[in-house]
Amino acid sequence: MSDLKTLETELLAAVEAAADLSALEEVRVRALGKKGQVSGLMKGLGDMAPEERKSYGQNINGLKERIGEALGERRAGLEAEDMAQRLASEQADISLPVRVGPLAEGRVHPVSQVMDEIAEIFGDMGFSIAEGPDIETDENNFTALNIPPEHPARQEHDTFYFGGQPDGSRALLRTHTSPVQIRTMRKEKPPIRIIAPGRVYRCDSDQTHTPMFHQVEGLVIDEETHLGHLKWVLEEFCKAFFEVDAIKMRFRASHFPFTEPSLEVDIGYAKVGDELRIGQGEEWLEILGCGMVHPNVLANVDLDPNVYQGFAFGVGIDRLAMLKYGMPDLRAFFAADLAWLKHYGFSSLNVPTLSGGLSS
Amino acid sequence: MKFTLAWLKDHLETDAPLDEILDTLTMIGLEVEDVADPAASLAGYVVAEVVSAEKHPDADKLQVCRVTTGKEELQVVCGAPNARAGMKGVFAPVGAYVPGIDLTLKKVKIRGVESNGMLCSERELELSDEHTGIIELSDQAKVGVSAADALGLDDPVIDIAITPNRPDCLGVRGVARDLAAAGLGTLKDDTVKAIEGSFESPIGIELRFDADEADACPVFAGRLVRNIKNGPSPDWLQQRLKAIGLRPINALVDITNYISYDRGRPLHVYDADKLSGTVCARLGKKGESFLALDGNEYEVTERMCVIADDAQVLGLGGVMGGEATGCTEATKNVLIESAYFSPLRTAATGRALNILSDARYRFERGVDPAFVLPGLDMASAMVIELCGGEVSEPTLAGAPPEAERVIEFDLSEVARLTGLELGEKRIKQVLGALGFWLSGHGPTFKVAVPPWRPDVGQAVDLVEEVMRIVGVDQVEAKAMSRASGIARPVLTPLQKRVRRGRRTLAGRGLVEAVTWSFIPRNEAKRFAGGGDELELANPISTEMSSMRPSLLPGLVAAVQRNHDRGHRDCALFEIGQAYRGAKPQDQYTAAAGVRAGSAKLEGAGRDWSGAAKPADLYDAKADALSLLAELGLDAKQVQIKRLAPDWYHPGRSGVLQLGPKIVLGTFGELHPATLRAFGVDGSVSAFEIDLDSLPQARRKSTSRGPLVHSDLLPVTRDFAFLLDQAVAAGDVVRAAAGADKALISDVSVFDVFEGQGVAEGKKSLAIEVTLQPRDKTLTDNEIEAVADKVVAEVVKATGGELRG
Repeated sequence: MSDLKTLETELLAAVEAAADLSALEEVRVRALGKKGQVSGLMKGLGDMAPEERKSYGQNINGLKERIGEALGERRAGLEAEDMAQRLASEQADISLPVRVGPLAEGRVHPVSQVMDEIAEIFGDMGFSIAEGPDIETDENNFTALNIPPEHPARQEHDTFYFGGQPDGSRALLRTHTSPVQIRTMRKEKPPIRIIAPGRVYRCDSDQTHTPMFHQVEGLVIDEETHLGHLKWVLEEFCKAFFEVDAIKMRFRASHFPFTEPSLEVDIGYAKVGDELRIGQGEEWLEILGCGMVHPNVLANVDLDPNVYQGFAFGVGIDRLAMLKYGMPDLRAFFAADLAWLKHYGFSSLNVPTLSGGLSS
Repeated sequence: MKFTLAWLKDHLETDAPLDEILDTLTMIGLEVEDVADPAASLAGYVVAEVVSAEKHPDADKLQVCRVTTGKEELQVVCGAPNARAGMKGVFAPVGAYVPGIDLTLKKVKIRGVESNGMLCSERELELSDEHTGIIELSDQAKVGVSAADALGLDDPVIDIAITPNRPDCLGVRGVARDLAAAGLGTLKDDTVKAIEGSFESPIGIELRFDADEADACPVFAGRLVRNIKNGPSPDWLQQRLKAIGLRPINALVDITNYISYDRGRPLHVYDADKLSGTVCARLGKKGESFLALDGNEYEVTERMCVIADDAQVLGLGGVMGGEATGCTEATKNVLIESAYFSPLRTAATGRALNILSDARYRFERGVDPAFVLPGLDMASAMVIELCGGEVSEPTLAGAPPEAERVIEFDLSEVARLTGLELGEKRIKQVLGALGFWLSGHGPTFKVAVPPWRPDVGQAVDLVEEVMRIVGVDQVEAKAMSRASGIARPVLTPLQKRVRRGRRTLAGRGLVEAVTWSFIPRNEAKRFAGGGDELELANPISTEMSSMRPSLLPGLVAAVQRNHDRGHRDCALFEIGQAYRGAKPQDQYTAAAGVRAGSAKLEGAGRDWSGAAKPADLYDAKADALSLLAELGLDAKQVQIKRLAPDWYHPGRSGVLQLGPKIVLGTFGELHPATLRAFGVDGSVSAFEIDLDSLPQARRKSTSRGPLVHSDLLPVTRDFAFLLDQAVAAGDVVRAAAGADKALISDVSVFDVFEGQGVAEGKKSLAIEVTLQPRDKTLTDNEIEAVADKVVAEVVKATGGELRG
């Protein structure tokens, strides 16, 4: 028995001493190989009495098992050491910069973003979006809107014209989005609720005016809508758009040929440092013109002004964008300067929704 | 329209503070644009009396004065020759800022003599250019009171914007009437007294029009005042005119300007001794011209209303008078004109000659036709008062146009249109205060419109009057009815395309620009545009004259500008309108993008992981195809053809088509000549898609249909073909895919090679073909059979051969 014990001690020591996987393999062959020391012991079994053979055999098997276990453990240990050594040599510089990909590079222009915000708000109030061409007729841009030829209001519009046609007509670039009112009312029957965003053009260029800018027109025609509804819609719009709970607004009488009564609307603001705080403060800023659609306009599109009534408004989109997002210079909107666009533009995934908030 | 507070109070009895007046003006539609208080800049200045004035011991031209301000006596060194003991002047103490010399006064020594403040000239106070001496106030001026007060400058100047419908408020009286109606005081009585003439004017006045043009000037009244003495007008009148920015000229001219602003009634004065024969109003004749009061010579036309005598054209009716018969200080006899000129013709004349005048401004908006004769009386009275002389009977040609209008007004219109619930009494009171006259019994009244309100002609005009005077703030906000349930989608298919397209392109790293709809004509021409019908007649500059035929010129120009600012790598896009013609249906919505430098999808410029190559046609193609895919087009349906428009590189560009007829757009590298024309160096790849050309998506159910999925592993096989260089890879892919449409699920190109090992004029193209078994594993024989068919189809389609 004691020689088995001695062998076991010796072999376990050899397993423990194996410095690497090949040394360990040598130990395994020496112990458990066909010609190994443990296998050698088995050969002596034949000469033994059956009783003795049984107990001896059991002892040898036990020895074999324990050596095998020790070998397995040692192998796992050596393999782990090897891998650790290899990985230690595979150190990367994690501080190297990476390309973050196109989502971080691309931008949506502030005007587009604000148009999406406006559509979101008015869509909720049941307004659909109407459109019309930039190149308009004198009829749609002026006459049908109750601005006959020689009306002084025409001079205030600084209109861009195209060359005269043989029939005496002359196309023009629309000076406001109001012709879309005419197109819509000629095409659809009330009740009508639309907004009409788009480009408009005035022959005017200075610090605060560009010859092209963006407006959104609103039009509601039915048999009951009055000035009180107009006030409500504009107040709700301004609160939603500027994302404030309350907003200081001032409606005051004015005049436009295509609405009557006509109003202009100011919002209160305060200037704190370089920042405009919209909705509070002692200063007023004019943001839009509006009023009840003039009966002459209704008659011009064959709607009976004694039956139908409603309101219209027009807001400068660029101006709304400037106020909300703090952009100082209108002219920069159309300069396509990459630095400006990257700074003031919006990520493509920043889609305005009412549920998620317009600007966040 | 400018006026001063004191001037307003000539017509309005009120205790209202200035702020309340200003707020009310703005709320009732007379928007206050500016308020200037001249007294503010003279704060601290007082009236002082010179006690003694003695020659400066060391300077010939200076005097040493003792002045008293009532509170203290000070020593002041003064250079003015008119400074003398006993005079009263305007004194600026130490610490005051003197605007005319841009200096804050300090105690100084002038040639050794101490000086404590300054006696000022008009120029030093920026009141005028007068600088020959210091201001001499009248003996009545009280020592120690504020100088602004003594100079009559303690009167705020109010500037309001007048909308084109309110000619009545181009006179101070109209403004006062509105304020009184709004509850800010009482309108003072203004009855103009008729003046008796003492003789008949020898100057004939005639209207010479054909019947159909008689409305050019329906009435012309005149009065001669003889033996007058013209000269500077009195201080009060000069001060009023100066306060509102008008230059006093002489009493006669100043009177007409005063009445123009006080009553909105333009007048004209002629030096009667310079007239010859009868004065008439008529249309101009070809070849006539005259020298106007603004110093310019104007040629008149047959459509303009002129005033002429037997010798010459004297002026343009309602627009501007002439130099030849103008009144000077030497004028002894004056003919005063008060007439009514047609608003339309006056506007057309003024615009044709580009003359802006106070008269034109009023006549083209419509003056009060009933005030022609009272205006003449008022002017005559002022001439007699300021210049003396005797006045003739009025000479009248024609008659004022009928101004009486009566409107049927159902008072419930106020509530219907504004939501304001007002009683009959309140509505009547507001309209009455504005000069309207109501008669009859409710609910529908007859309302007579005062002659000074040409803008009021129907019931809704009265609703507006009531609303603005009662106050827009009295209108209560009322929620609009909403559709029950959840808001429905409202965007049209094109609007959805625009939105989705925009965020697709931005998601591909392109930056959205908004560029001008009008571009230089030569740039438009390079992109098949620049036609006459899209050329503006009055562009703001030649750089903005031609409606863009494409979005690309604007984007390429933007690339060039960004290059100049140091951005070499730049990827821009725009979605917007472009124009094939001037008709509404010629406008289309395009999406276009450009990539310049190495602005590729993965990133631009150099990087340790490998520098980005220049963006090329394949980047543009990828942008275009991913846009189309995102807009619902099956990329496999899109055909790629050659023959893109000539602004592209002829060999490195293509056309995207859907079938033979529908052209979706173009892509490629821009032609070097295009880039040179825009001053861009380097290459630019671009695409442009016509969003209107995409077919309408068929309305599909929201269900996606079942996923056809096999558990069997796909098998891939690689093939390399030797082909003529001109063979299109697309043809190889299509031929291979067609070899067995049921089994082949994908064909990709994984290598294209020309050069060593491949014969001149040839190329090697390698494809990977994926076979997807559907219901059983494929045997080697089955796979071989498909492979053979792939080779056969490709060879048949391209004339190439399988590489060994």
